[in-house]
Amino acid sequence: MDPSAYVILSGILFSIGALGVLLRRNAIVVFMSVELMLNSANLAFVAFARMHGNLDGQVIAFFVMIVAAAEVVVGLAILMTIFRTRRSASVDEPSLLRN
Amino acid sequence: MISLASTILSTSDEEPAVEPITAVVSAAEAGGLFEWFWLLIAFPVFGMLVLLIGGRRTNAWGHLLGTAVVLVPFGIGVALLIDMMGRAEDQRSVVLHMWDWTIAGNFTADMALRLDPLSMVFVLLITGVGSLIHIYSIGYMSHDPDRRKFFGFLNLFIAAMLLLVLANNYLLLYVGWEGVGLASYLLVGFWQYKNSAAVAAKKAFVMNRVGDVGLSLGIMLMFVTFGSVAFEEVFAAAGEADGTVVTLIGLALLLAATGKSAQYPLQAWLLDAMEGPTPVSALIHAATMVTAGVYLIVRSNALFDLAPIALNVVLVVGVVTMVAGAVIGCANDDLKKSLAGSTMSQIGYMFTAAGLGPAGYVFAIFHLLMHGMFKADLFLSAGSVMHNMNDQLNMRRFGALRTVMIVTTGTFFAGFLGITGVPPFDSFFSKDDIIKSALSQNWLAGIATIFAAGLTAFYMTRQLSMTFFGKKRWTQDVKPKESPPVMTVPMIFLSAGALFGGLTMVYLFNLQEWLTPITGFTPGELPIPDWAVEVITIATLAIGVTLAWRQYATRDVPETPPVNVTPLTVAARKSLYADAINEGLFMRPGQHLTRFLVWFDNRGVDGIVRGTASGVSGLSNRLKLLQNGYARSYALTMVVGVLVIAAIFIVSRWV
Repeated sequence: MDPSAYVILSGILFSIGALGVLLRRNAIVVFMSVELMLNSANLAFVAFARMHGNLDGQVIAFFVMIVAAAEVVVGLAILMTIFRTRRSASVDEPSLLRN
Repeated sequence: MISLASTILSTSDEEPAVEPITAVVSAAEAGGLFEWFWLLIAFPVFGMLVLLIGGRRTNAWGHLLGTAVVLVPFGIGVALLIDMMGRAEDQRSVVLHMWDWTIAGNFTADMALRLDPLSMVFVLLITGVGSLIHIYSIGYMSHDPDRRKFFGFLNLFIAAMLLLVLANNYLLLYVGWEGVGLASYLLVGFWQYKNSAAVAAKKAFVMNRVGDVGLSLGIMLMFVTFGSVAFEEVFAAAGEADGTVVTLIGLALLLAATGKSAQYPLQAWLLDAMEGPTPVSALIHAATMVTAGVYLIVRSNALFDLAPIALNVVLVVGVVTMVAGAVIGCANDDLKKSLAGSTMSQIGYMFTAAGLGPAGYVFAIFHLLMHGMFKADLFLSAGSVMHNMNDQLNMRRFGALRTVMIVTTGTFFAGFLGITGVPPFDSFFSKDDIIKSALSQNWLAGIATIFAAGLTAFYMTRQLSMTFFGKKRWTQDVKPKESPPVMTVPMIFLSAGALFGGLTMVYLFNLQEWLTPITGFTPGELPIPDWAVEVITIATLAIGVTLAWRQYATRDVPETPPVNVTPLTVAARKSLYADAINEGLFMRPGQHLTRFLVWFDNRGVDGIVRGTASGVSGLSNRLKLLQNGYARSYALTMVVGVLVIAAIFIVSRWV
């Protein structure tokens, strides 16, 4: 089976994720989009590993999963505190560093 | 001396050429009074310090102290002269090393004084004429509340002038040179509440600075070329040096000399300097300071002998100023300014003589001494007139003063005889020597000296007849009377100098033999016989005197200057447009340059600085917009950035 279809799928998923990050205001959705982007990258790694016939890409995919898990933990913790102080999960609200 | 009398008296007119003697002895070897000749300077310095630091407490006796500290050095000077005359010729140059003054790397300049026959005559001139003028000033300044300060400044001048002529290296000479410039500035502007005096002082100071740049350049060149600024070392090394450099040094020294001695092209300050009190005009701007330029050239004769081009420039400067000064003297109605023109002219004679090289150095100094006496006499007499005429100086409002001021008339007449060169008075000897020396070296300069002698006779007769003869043209408010003895006695002494100085120097003292060991001497060949020169000179004098006498003594002098006169007279009245030339050539372009520089500074330099600042702040204002705090816009930036990088990768792969 031709793995290039997975690469194209990975590209489509990445674009959807990127658009989600850019267009959505809700922090939860943004997080989900980020996860989507990370996982599209994983898919690409695995596909390339298959194409080149070695395991490097597959190993890196595991690393990415672990990093993504850690990132979600930290990110959700920040999100919780922001939600507690502001009663909102919008990413546009906390722009106080602006001036 | 070559003169009428010596031609008749001596059987042989052959004079051998004399080479300068360069040997010096130290003061410790010379012993006696020579170890103490630094006292010459110490006395006036002491007087200056007491008078200027002591302030008002010294008002009562300040003028007496000020006079005493000049009289004592005169006494010391006479004693030194007698001592020196008893020594062999090669033992007369005494150097007194006092302390190491400036040591910087391999540059050294000692605090060392040098007394030799040349500085000896200057010491006597400065302290002798200086003492008489100090005494005169006691009377002249008696009504001035600041008389004490005046004497303090005069002492400063005497000290600086003595340092100038006694210094044994150019750097120390420079200190004295600046010191006399400072004293001149302070004394010209002594009545600084008068705007004209303040402006004149500033003008004198600024124009002198132009010349002083020349002296400092000369000293720097000497140090670079010879590695020393001491007289002996410079003169000894000059022979091996590159001729161009020596010429440059000579020209730099000449620039300094023209500034200090009011020679073309730096002459314009002298007429304005007459704003100062008359004793100052007599002492500084006639007898001593303005002759410092001649001293500098004659002192540096070893350099000038090796630089014929520089020497020729000296000659040209001298001839031009000699004639131009006399022309100015002929037309000015202000008694002191007319005398100032005469001073320029007479110093022009000295420069002419110095410009002739070894054939003329001695005569330059001879004429300088004579000039010191007759011109101080003339100025003091003019001051006496001015003092009794409510400080007026316009000769058109004088006339017939001989009826009320008999002593002053006599002393002025003595000065007249001294300056015009009537036999057998001062200038007859000194000016004749210059004329003959000039004729033997350069006939053009010789003719100019004879012509200027005629002009001298003209303007002096004009001054004499407009002031003392003719009809009374006094303003209503004046009641002239004779000056007090404290003023007339110094005038009488100076008249004696003006009348018999020349005779003394030729027959009793033999100045030429005295000075030639320092200056060297080469006799010249006259193209025409001696007596012919003398006849022509005296005939020229007679023409000058007659013309002026007919014009100003036998006819009535109008009280306002006539307007329908020749262009030359108009030009001479305006000092040959010296101020206009300075304004047109230097002041206006200088102002334009300043204005341009200010504009360039505001627009150009400041423009670049301000433009950079506003450019940076404008750019940062733009960049600030990126920092809007929206996480999503940062994310967009990142995406765009990644896309751009990816695009570059792809494109670079393709290419």
